[in-house]
Amino acid sequence: MTNAAVHMEGQLHAPAHGAVATGAVHAKEQQHPIKLYLVVWGWLFVLSTCSYLVDYFGLHGYLRWSLILLFMMLKAGLIVAVFMHMAWERLALAYAILLPPVAVLVFVAIMVLESEYTHLLRVLFFATPS
Amino acid sequence: MAETVLTNPGQSPARLEGWRGIAADWASDQRAFKNVSWGKAMMWIFLLSDTFIFSCFLLSYMTARMSTTVPWPNPSEVFALNIGGNHIPLILIAIMTFVLISSSGTMAMAVNFGYRRDRVRTAILMLVTAAFGATFVGMQAFEWTKLIMEGVRPWGNPWGAPQFGASFFMITGFHGTHVTIGVIFLIAIARKVFRGDFDVERRGFFTSRKGYYEIVEITGLYWHFVDLVWVFIFAFFYLW
Repeated sequence: MTNAAVHMEGQLHAPAHGAVATGAVHAKEQQHPIKLYLVVWGWLFVLSTCSYLVDYFGLHGYLRWSLILLFMMLKAGLIVAVFMHMAWERLALAYAILLPPVAVLVFVAIMVLESEYTHLLRVLFFATPS
Repeated sequence: MAETVLTNPGQSPARLEGWRGIAADWASDQRAFKNVSWGKAMMWIFLLSDTFIFSCFLLSYMTARMSTTVPWPNPSEVFALNIGGNHIPLILIAIMTFVLISSSGTMAMAVNFGYRRDRVRTAILMLVTAAFGATFVGMQAFEWTKLIMEGVRPWGNPWGAPQFGASFFMITGFHGTHVTIGVIFLIAIARKVFRGDFDVERRGFFTSRKGYYEIVEITGLYWHFVDLVWVFIFAFFYLW
């Protein structure tokens, strides 16, 4: 990750450095060592295996759900940050892309309430007594 | 891109820290995304809108599953396979996950070699990525066939809540479509890379504009997004 830091420094202080070759707009190339990608790739494999094992060992309840969410968020974070290079983008872009999906969580909350209400009505009025 | 009038042409100003920098980038008469080409910015914005589409699918699945009084079919059992006499739960989906993650890895390396202007390696890695993608779609076709043979329909299935089929076909079908489009996109760009279009700055057939190796990264953004969506589908639909 030290290389990444160096890269960011380069973006900050030497804007004209790479601009000569291809023109200003195309100067901001994402150049990182291959090893970084291989390490992230390895981690994605490990995390996927972990989330599969959650199912394989048949964990249940809150332990299962929290582990699933944990591995999911770690994988998503690695993909967006490293593979999609969001970690090195300017904050104006990163926030413009990463903040709006937070609104989805509000939608989730609304639909959880709604579906619990629907479920309640179904239990009260439609469930066949058996 | 060249047509865009820059307030500060040639170089983007040094970034201020945190929110102050974001406000500065978005404020006044200037481009918001300073050091990102429009191609890349537009791909990100498209991916953002696609995020909302998949969110809506997963949300409708959540609503259906939470509100039904009939037990939901156990995906661990539904997607189990018998391999060599052993009954292994969810194994097909696990393999599909690893295939897609591998394709993301090769794609990331293709982007890297693209920026090093290593034409041949970039094209080969992109084609490997496309091959992984095609494998994924093939396995998905197998999975669909198996489930349809077992009697899963959008309106019902042998194991429980009838909404299972509708959610399954809608979510995985839409994702599979994305993978398929991604494979076509990858092959098209890999062909251009291999031909050397971005070394001689050959003009595009439709746009008459010069191409740059950045298109490899833009293709990569789309491909990683497809992988990203699968992470969420895997967690919420198959594991939950």
